[in-house]
Amino acid sequence: MAQSSGDKDPFIGALGKIYAGYTGGFVIFVILIAILEQMGVPDRILGYLFVFLTIGVYAYIGIISRTAVVSEYYVAGRRVPAIYNGMATGSDWMSAASFIGMAGSLYALGYGGLAFILGWTGGYMLVAILLAPYLRKFGQYTVPDFLGARYGGNLARGIGVVVLITASFVYVVAQIVGVGIITQRFLDVSFAVAVFLGLAGILVCSMLGGMRAVTWTQVAQYIILIIAYLIPAILMSVKVTGVPIPQLMYGFALERIEILEQGFRAAGMTPPPGVTGWHTAPFIGANGQFSMSAMVNFFALVFCLMVGTAALPHILMRYFTTPSVKEARQSVAWSLFFIFLLYFTAPAYAAFGKLEIYQTVIGQPINALPEWIKNWQLMSPYGVNWINVVDVNRDGILQWGEFRIHPDVVVLATPEIAGLPYVIAGLVAAGGLAAALSTADGLLLALANALSHDVYYKMIDRNAPTAKRLVISRVLLVIVALLAAWTAGSMGADILFLVAWAFSIAAAGLFAALVMGVWYKKTTNAAACWGMAVGYIVTFGYLMWTEFSGLGFIELFGSKEAILAAARQTANAATASAELKAYAAGLVANAGAIKDGAMSWIGNIWGSQLATDSVVLRGRVVGRLWGINNISGGILGVPLSFLTIWLVSKFTTPPSQAMQDFIDDIRVPRGGVRLADKREAVE
Amino acid sequence: MPLVEEEGGRAPGAPQGPAVDAATAQAYWKKTSGLMLTVLAIWFFFSFAIHFVAPAINPIHILGFPLGFYFAAQGSLIAFVVALFWFGKRQNEIDEEFGVQED
Repeated sequence: MAQSSGDKDPFIGALGKIYAGYTGGFVIFVILIAILEQMGVPDRILGYLFVFLTIGVYAYIGIISRTAVVSEYYVAGRRVPAIYNGMATGSDWMSAASFIGMAGSLYALGYGGLAFILGWTGGYMLVAILLAPYLRKFGQYTVPDFLGARYGGNLARGIGVVVLITASFVYVVAQIVGVGIITQRFLDVSFAVAVFLGLAGILVCSMLGGMRAVTWTQVAQYIILIIAYLIPAILMSVKVTGVPIPQLMYGFALERIEILEQGFRAAGMTPPPGVTGWHTAPFIGANGQFSMSAMVNFFALVFCLMVGTAALPHILMRYFTTPSVKEARQSVAWSLFFIFLLYFTAPAYAAFGKLEIYQTVIGQPINALPEWIKNWQLMSPYGVNWINVVDVNRDGILQWGEFRIHPDVVVLATPEIAGLPYVIAGLVAAGGLAAALSTADGLLLALANALSHDVYYKMIDRNAPTAKRLVISRVLLVIVALLAAWTAGSMGADILFLVAWAFSIAAAGLFAALVMGVWYKKTTNAAACWGMAVGYIVTFGYLMWTEFSGLGFIELFGSKEAILAAARQTANAATASAELKAYAAGLVANAGAIKDGAMSWIGNIWGSQLATDSVVLRGRVVGRLWGINNISGGILGVPLSFLTIWLVSKFTTPPSQAMQDFIDDIRVPRGGVRLADKREAVE
Repeated sequence: MPLVEEEGGRAPGAPQGPAVDAATAQAYWKKTSGLMLTVLAIWFFFSFAIHFVAPAINPIHILGFPLGFYFAAQGSLIAFVVALFWFGKRQNEIDEEFGVQED
């Protein structure tokens, strides 16, 4: 039996040796590449070696882990030890955005960016204490499985699947875009070819072996991504401070940045658009003064990211794979530890990068800038230059506000900034690829499992034989992957902002129903369905409305001043249609006739500090209820979802005795689980 | 296919009675809930409460780090990791105290 075979299983016993050997092999590989570089092998060949050899290893693991056993395919046979599941969760979790984008966000936002660091780690506290052990004890295959068993069948299961697909699909598309960006940059191929390469890398890992293959590949990918993230930071720390502990030493960089920023301001300079001029100052507006809106946005974002972490199915399903409830709990702690290693290094990247740029780039003659800046002055897939130097005042000297850098460059260019050989740049590319591929694998599996296990097997054909179910799983996996790659190829980087939505959508749609299902026995089936539906519709609706119809939103919720401001913004917005611009211009021309929106009493319930307003983002006018950015839309949906579940539970028939027994069983680690509905049982 | 054996704990033939008596289960759940609330309080403190004072403690510099910045960038994260390992250990002790740990 799987539960007790962990110690005797020769494969599990040998894991330590296998991965130690693998890590050693990778280090030797990097050294060999470094030697090749010294011998004069061109960078392009080295880039190819890095990308193809790492993808080749993942593919090898994927192929030897192929399986035809249902429990191996869906939950890796439930024998993944806590620490390895922690590593796998780490790389499942850390996406292209964490690896490449986060240090850049910190560079741009300073303290404000730390909301991502806090939000993407603290959520694991909620996973560990509220959900993971109980979902593991429940012991089935997917998150919608739990909803179906706890809340009386297919309606709850179906709503869960809808939320899961909405949250996961945009997320997986973003990973494929990430793969495209990295391969395009390092292999010098077109974006379409790069996306296809990424697709192949993802499919080969997950298709044959399902969760089992994805698990062991993700462990391998974690090892590469963490080495690739830490080494450049360590070398950068040596260059800047002389001590190889970046996490401890960037305090001195922060101190110098504060002094340099003060000097820039004293010289009458302003920071470039989108970059804060006060790197370490919390909760400030554009003028450097305390801003209530900035503080509320910081905490709202932290909250949404944390609750979203604890509701994303591709993360929760990783804890279905441990041998026991006890190991599920330990595994969350290990996950957080492995994630922490990267996240507490990210602010160091940002600080060292910023210090280096402030010291050696700003104030220099534009025709004598360092070599690496010239290398990055080219077009990115985002449609802007990676690095853009605009001599606004035409004095030939680079001012603070004249140096525009895309956030991703902070990590990607660190090797060059620190003057390191190309092998390190290739290492970073391999790490970014590992991060993007591992997250894409996990998401793809979550999507395909929801469709094949929950929709096809549980809702359409309860009598499908095992072999047929596994074939359907794989076919769906390929279809979802192709659809995601097609979306990535046709929409490119324009959709990356949608990833942030995934957290709010998952948080509002799933979190309350999952938590209440374990912790509030009286939660009824109807209540959970209503709670999920309300949370999902309110949040998703709010996001779509504010993002794509910002002016309309403000016309309902804003004061007349806010409406006029939104109309002015819309009349000048880059992506607004001609009719919309004409309409907005009409409003502006007739400003005296504008009245407060019909619901402006709600929009301004907190007073002028947190008034409903709009900002121009991504070329659109985006509405903000109470001044909260729509990235934190879950702040509305999560409490509403809890409230709905609690209220409806008061007025509907309480759960049956059989259901209460089921909850009792889930709460205690020992013993089996008595299902209220026997048809829900696995096999 | 050996599926039934692999999923033995939940297979149709497995014992269907409760694993522990009702009184023990209730006492166990009370203590588990208490631990949950304790860790939830730690979570709230290090996620939100401590950062409210960030502007006030930021002028204090330790190793160059403004203290408010340090807590959001590192301090809270370390607290999360330590708290989770402590939680795992503490919950195991509770499991064993009530004899509800897995075999």
